[in-house]
Amino acid sequence: MSDAPVVTGASRDLIGAGSRKAGSDFALKLRANSEYIAIPLLALAIAAALFALFLIAIGKSPVDFVAYVWRGGFGTAFSFQNTLQRSAPLILTALAVAIPARIGLIMIGGEGALVLGGFAAAAVAIPMIGVLPPAFTLPVMAIFGMIVGAFWVGLAGYLRYARGVNETISSLLLTYIGIAIMNFFVEGALRDLSNPNKPSTKPIGDAYMVGKIPGTDVHWGFAVGILLCIALYFLLERTTFGFAARVTGGNFRAALAQGLPVGRLIVACSAIAGACAGLAGFFEVAAIQGRANASLAAGYGFTGILVSFLARHNPLVIPPVAILFGGLVASGGLIQRRMDLPDATVLVLEGLIFVVLLTSETLYGRFSIFKPPTAKDRT
Amino acid sequence: MTSDILTVLIAMLGGAIRVSTPFMFVALGECLTEKSGRVNLGLEGTLVLGAMVAYAASYHSGNPWVGVLAAGLAGSALGAMHGSICGLPRVNDVAVGIAMMLFGVGVAFFFGKPYIQPTAPRLGSISLGFWSDSASLKSALQVNPLFFIGIVLAALMAWSFRNTRWGLVVRTVGDSAAAARAMGISVNLVRLLTTTVGGFLAGVGGAFLSLSYPGSWNQGLSSGQGLMAVALVIFARWDPLRCIGAALLFGAAGALGPSLQSIGITQGYYFFNAAPYILTLGIMIATSSAKHSARDMPGELSMAK
Repeated sequence: MSDAPVVTGASRDLIGAGSRKAGSDFALKLRANSEYIAIPLLALAIAAALFALFLIAIGKSPVDFVAYVWRGGFGTAFSFQNTLQRSAPLILTALAVAIPARIGLIMIGGEGALVLGGFAAAAVAIPMIGVLPPAFTLPVMAIFGMIVGAFWVGLAGYLRYARGVNETISSLLLTYIGIAIMNFFVEGALRDLSNPNKPSTKPIGDAYMVGKIPGTDVHWGFAVGILLCIALYFLLERTTFGFAARVTGGNFRAALAQGLPVGRLIVACSAIAGACAGLAGFFEVAAIQGRANASLAAGYGFTGILVSFLARHNPLVIPPVAILFGGLVASGGLIQRRMDLPDATVLVLEGLIFVVLLTSETLYGRFSIFKPPTAKDRT
Repeated sequence: MTSDILTVLIAMLGGAIRVSTPFMFVALGECLTEKSGRVNLGLEGTLVLGAMVAYAASYHSGNPWVGVLAAGLAGSALGAMHGSICGLPRVNDVAVGIAMMLFGVGVAFFFGKPYIQPTAPRLGSISLGFWSDSASLKSALQVNPLFFIGIVLAALMAWSFRNTRWGLVVRTVGDSAAAARAMGISVNLVRLLTTTVGGFLAGVGGAFLSLSYPGSWNQGLSSGQGLMAVALVIFARWDPLRCIGAALLFGAAGALGPSLQSIGITQGYYFFNAAPYILTLGIMIATSSAKHSARDMPGELSMAK
């Protein structure tokens, strides 16, 4: 209780100072926030330089590499639309990392939720194909995929809260289990016997595929991903729910002491994350593959982790970062063919970026150029 | 019927010994790292890179033990990378572990492509089944020397933790960094060394995968064994000897599917493949608690805070 007057006094002081220098307020904010843009960009540049050295060391040209990424991912209308198409699952799986990250969880189960969500969507469609119209079937598929994804990652969140199980390990274990479950059904009970080449579920058929955004060659998953980013940004930044989640992520004990429903918040954030990844799986099935099979586990969930970290778990920053990596993934084939590099080249670059990015965390607060002048005076 | 059960049990025994060895090495490495208060989740990547490097080195040198050593060195390199990055302030060791996992797997797949086809010399085994007439028991008791090295290493580690100055230093750093600093110990240096040695062990575990069992190099060689071994350390309560027991249990779970296949039960193959993951998750649920941190957990672990 005795602290209360001191706090109000201090905050009144701050308000006074703020109104006096209202003009420079924006400049100060910009200065402080530009650190969060400059340091990730610096990390990207360092990782790119290291990768260039790596390419030179194995006798390949970094200039060629950049040229092929540009051509294969961004240069033409066709390749850019391919990039956008591939960035759709990246946006959604990055959200699956970003939302739990805001409540303090490192959840990496997006790949499993994508695979299971896509499989669930394909499986629920089987009895409806040809019986019910696509306008009814597709939403049911999407909702089913989201529910299964939400359950899968929500389970990791629940175990974290109720049993203290490390969510990073459990969510990755659940990914392996999810892929095994899909393989179990796809090679067994739900296998399409007319397709001997690759064990798959029955195709959902062209009439039931998700269409393209008018005027483009990009499926609706991309637009839905962008809309979800905006919606979840507002959920996190402008609602009581989001505030409570961020408080919990900032200081778990304080949130508990405040009487916040910590358990429900953790499970809800994890479930939202899983639903996003499950939706990614639905779009992979209903817009790209047309059926569920092992191709669903293409690593989008893992690249999504990197996208989310690079976007600093900010939903509004996720789309541009996802497009960048979508381009990288899309140009993988071209690089492989033209430069005679293995398909894992993209993995090496991604891993390198991830490592350098996390190393760059240590730089925050070290450059005085980003600090407001008053803060420098005080220290 | 009884002979079927016996066949399965013998196959599981042999399988447990074979499958458990990589678990054992990764778990021992992670145990050492975590004893010093740091988590290295990247050992999955270390395991895969170790497998690739061991196979390549064995192929080029003609000597599988050169491969084992090379795998250990590659693992040390990844461990030293993790250890030095996490030594910087404000860097999260769990996140770096995820990045190292992706990086290690990426590098292994990148350089491993030319080695998928050729056959490299594999590690020999010691036949312990000479006393038995049963062919299946004989083949089950073909034990790789690395299995014994792992057990000796575990005993040595357990003894060192208790009885040597180095063991005390590692445990102090793991339980209270502040106390270690007060004693004049460089916390970061100790953790860098334990992570590097831990990486060496995980790399050797990878060498077992590609040079003994399953005994070839391909991209699907390890799917989560490194991760499960990390979870196993929690279950083993940071005790090297209990790590061995836990590794054998996991090995038996991993051998369940192939053992049942040996008597013609092929249904649910994918389910039995998932058995080790489900077992790991089940054990984590059973041994964790929301109320207090796990028993015998080093106090400095980020998982404990």
